[in-house]
Amino acid sequence: MEQLLLVLAVPLLGGFVLALCGHRDYAPEVNVGVSLGTLVAAGLLTARIIDRGPMLAFDDQFFVDPLNVFLIALTAFVGFTTSVFSRPYMRHERDCGKMTPGRMRLYHSMYQLFNFTMLVALSTNNLGILWVAMEAATLTTVLLVSVYRTAASLEAAWKYFILCGVGIAQALFGTILLYLAADKVIGAGGGALLWTNLEAVKAQLEPNVMALAFVFLLLGYGTKVGLVPVHNWLPDAHAEGPTPISAVLSGLLLNVALYAVLRCKMLTDGALGNHLAGHLMIGFGLLSVVAAAFFLSRQKDIKRMFAYSSIEHMGLMTFAFGLGGPIANFAGLLHMTVHSLIKSAIFFAVGHAAQSAGSQLMEKIRGLIKVNPMVGWGLLLGTLAILGMPPFGVFASEFLILTTAMRDLPWATPFLLLALGVAFASIFSRVQEMVFGDTDLKPLEHPPALLPVFVHLGLGLMLGVYIPPYLVDWYQQAAKMIGG
Amino acid sequence: MMMQAYLIQSVNLFASALLLLSFAMLSQRRILSLIHLFTLQGAALVAATVVVAYVTNQHHLYYSAAITLVTKVIVIPILLHRLIDRLNVKWDVETLINIPTTMLLGILLVVFAFNLALPIAKLSSSIVHSTLGIALACVLLSFMMMITRAKAVPQVIGFLSMENGLFFAATAATYGMPMVVEFGIAFDVLVGMFILGVFMFQIREQFDSLDIRHLEKLKED
Repeated sequence: MEQLLLVLAVPLLGGFVLALCGHRDYAPEVNVGVSLGTLVAAGLLTARIIDRGPMLAFDDQFFVDPLNVFLIALTAFVGFTTSVFSRPYMRHERDCGKMTPGRMRLYHSMYQLFNFTMLVALSTNNLGILWVAMEAATLTTVLLVSVYRTAASLEAAWKYFILCGVGIAQALFGTILLYLAADKVIGAGGGALLWTNLEAVKAQLEPNVMALAFVFLLLGYGTKVGLVPVHNWLPDAHAEGPTPISAVLSGLLLNVALYAVLRCKMLTDGALGNHLAGHLMIGFGLLSVVAAAFFLSRQKDIKRMFAYSSIEHMGLMTFAFGLGGPIANFAGLLHMTVHSLIKSAIFFAVGHAAQSAGSQLMEKIRGLIKVNPMVGWGLLLGTLAILGMPPFGVFASEFLILTTAMRDLPWATPFLLLALGVAFASIFSRVQEMVFGDTDLKPLEHPPALLPVFVHLGLGLMLGVYIPPYLVDWYQQAAKMIGG
Repeated sequence: MMMQAYLIQSVNLFASALLLLSFAMLSQRRILSLIHLFTLQGAALVAATVVVAYVTNQHHLYYSAAITLVTKVIVIPILLHRLIDRLNVKWDVETLINIPTTMLLGILLVVFAFNLALPIAKLSSSIVHSTLGIALACVLLSFMMMITRAKAVPQVIGFLSMENGLFFAATAATYGMPMVVEFGIAFDVLVGMFILGVFMFQIREQFDSLDIRHLEKLKED
């Protein structure tokens, strides 16, 4: 209870404090401190859940169970490491004149509020509040995407706002339908949107209404997950905003949106008693994997390329959860964790690489290993990890997903293999040119924040070789809850 | 009993006003008139909500109506008026839209919405469940308005009008959402409106116009 309060209160208060002092010289350190506080609180909460099992708090409005506590811990962790990375990165941006004091203040304050909205979305028990928090997460980041005020960044932010706004409006309609189905069983009032109440009576929910509700919810939250064909905002928002924001959007926000879809899927499965929800997710997931692989082979901007790679991986997770069953769910959860760690590490390395080249165009970035060797290694290892090379964790999860697909859905496997192959060929050849090759770039002025990159890569490596037993237990519990 | 029947009829009347206003907005080229229509739509929504609240004796719907009144009829229209004043686009006319085609497509959308909502509405125990189709039609029409417009302000109005449709859907199907959720949604809409205002100045500063066609440079290639 107190732990959960801390998890939510620390970033919220931090956001307000930074709204006052976010332009000062010490603001990046305050930002790191607040994120560290959130991480400690999340650690305490996790210990409490491991110790005593799921809990309801604050008049049943908040709910923490194995599924969301693992995401809360991950969110707090990546939020913390990103704030460490953002310290030298944003100082450099300020020194080149891209960030004014006012923009720094906006950036720091919104960074914390963004973390707050994601943590609310993860811990709330009320599906209506889940919607409100998801929308608020868009609102906190939209001005950050346009913070450089270039033509391209304004376009990206406008698309982000409008497309996600429209998408999330579909999810609100889905939530209304869900409430309609629920109040026939539970009765009207605040209790009818509480997930724990719905979970208990899910078999009695009207199947027709639930099926339609799920279609709207999947389209709505799927927009934020970045599923093809409602993904258009994602590459632009990732490419044009500051790199720490690209890292948290890709590593965290997409996960939170997928979490919302999962919660809705669990209810829909219970009400329908068939695999409609799973089939829809398989369809969207497979389409996203294949389409993103081909889109990413045509990119020139390094952040756009990795944004498409995020779409590909989110598609793969959606596909895995669509398959359902203990192994695919386990693989999906593992993939969520490693993708979030590795992709944010890549964005950290990419951010430093782009700063040293003064451009995000891949043809301008050359010979990183000579000028900034550690940034080069970080990018190379991160790329190998995200492309599914053993012994990194992505290999383990992709292997599990592929073998389950071969067993349950043989026709889908060639498509998945083809897409993974295309992605491998196009990303690896480009990264190789950027890391090796001749160069006239200069080393970075500010020492780059390399610790977050290698900590993330180290964890990604560890999860590929050895998953600690309590984590396995935790994944298994969550996988069992998702069912399917 | 007689009284109640009349009141339910009046909800249907307000619902049809809502739909009619959606069509009017779809075909309105002048920005200023668009804001007036949006304000009227908000008022129709408030009226419908109040009548439903009275007939069903659902007290929380009065609060819901009050929230809508404050945000959609008072605060947001004032903000929009000030915005178009400051941006100097008050008398802007959008010439691009092809009205007859949009109207025909709009009618098709309404038919589709009614068909989709019919089986769902039957399951609702609400006395005004038949208006769920109208609510869905309003949502889809606003959606279409956002697609057909090339200027920033009309797109935003389309977005807000979609929110109106969603609120009406909640009233029609389930007598509104739980209070805390409605507050949350209203808060999001207001913050969103504020951010959009800031944003439009940024767009104008950059491009010297509010034409969304400037915002189509980033392509998927």
